[in-house]
Amino acid sequence: MTHDRPLSPNIQIYRPQLTSVLSVTHRLTGVALSFGSLLIVAWLIAGAAGPTAYHELLGFMRSWIGLFLLFVWTFSIFFHLCNGLRHLFWDAGLGFDLRTIYASGWSVIAASGILTVSLWMVGLLLTAGKS
Amino acid sequence: MKPVKQTPLASARGLGSARTGSRHWWLQRVSALALAPLTIWFVVSFTVLIHNNYQAYSQWIASPLNAVLTITLVIILFFHMSLGLQVIIEDYLHTNRIKLLSVVAVQFACFVFAIAGIVSILQMIT
Repeated sequence: MTHDRPLSPNIQIYRPQLTSVLSVTHRLTGVALSFGSLLIVAWLIAGAAGPTAYHELLGFMRSWIGLFLLFVWTFSIFFHLCNGLRHLFWDAGLGFDLRTIYASGWSVIAASGILTVSLWMVGLLLTAGKS
Repeated sequence: MKPVKQTPLASARGLGSARTGSRHWWLQRVSALALAPLTIWFVVSFTVLIHNNYQAYSQWIASPLNAVLTITLVIILFFHMSLGLQVIIEDYLHTNRIKLLSVVAVQFACFVFAIAGIVSILQMIT
């Protein structure tokens, strides 16, 4: 059923807050991760297809576009993981006062950033170890 | 929707009960909880593997533990993904027919992708 009633919150005049931004980002990263899970399947299929297909896929991952997608993917994983845990605590009825919500929100941003950079450091060390 | 001679209560009832909503909510949380450790394990393994060659992958997946955990990950991941995408579709698509078709299409796709992943793993270990 469609009504002409105004929608709330009215996005155009709504000032973004940490809480709403993280909520939207949780959904966006969820959608991004859906594409990422297709990469996992592509990787598994390439493995079953044999060495040629497998190394072709690895070659794509090492291209600039591949590295960019992997970076977005890994950040999305860590953000969705950390913020998902935050949601699970809320579902358990914990951490619901405003101070804690903001503290956990900033912690999620920091943790997902640190985890993403750490993982790429490991990747760089592995790359350096190979050459 | 065309105007119908129905009271608001009757039309609300016609939209169905909310009884299955809590089950969807619960399964989304349970699958999230299962995915947390699996994801950390997979991300680390994947990072090491893509810095290696095919030989390394075929040895890794041949280990029963890795095969079992990867299959588990694929199943729960695509399950969690279909639940999550369903909520997003239901929130943002307002035409009932398109909404229903999109949800079903996403569920079919998730099912097929999960099976494709599992079959590919089985092919490596048989």
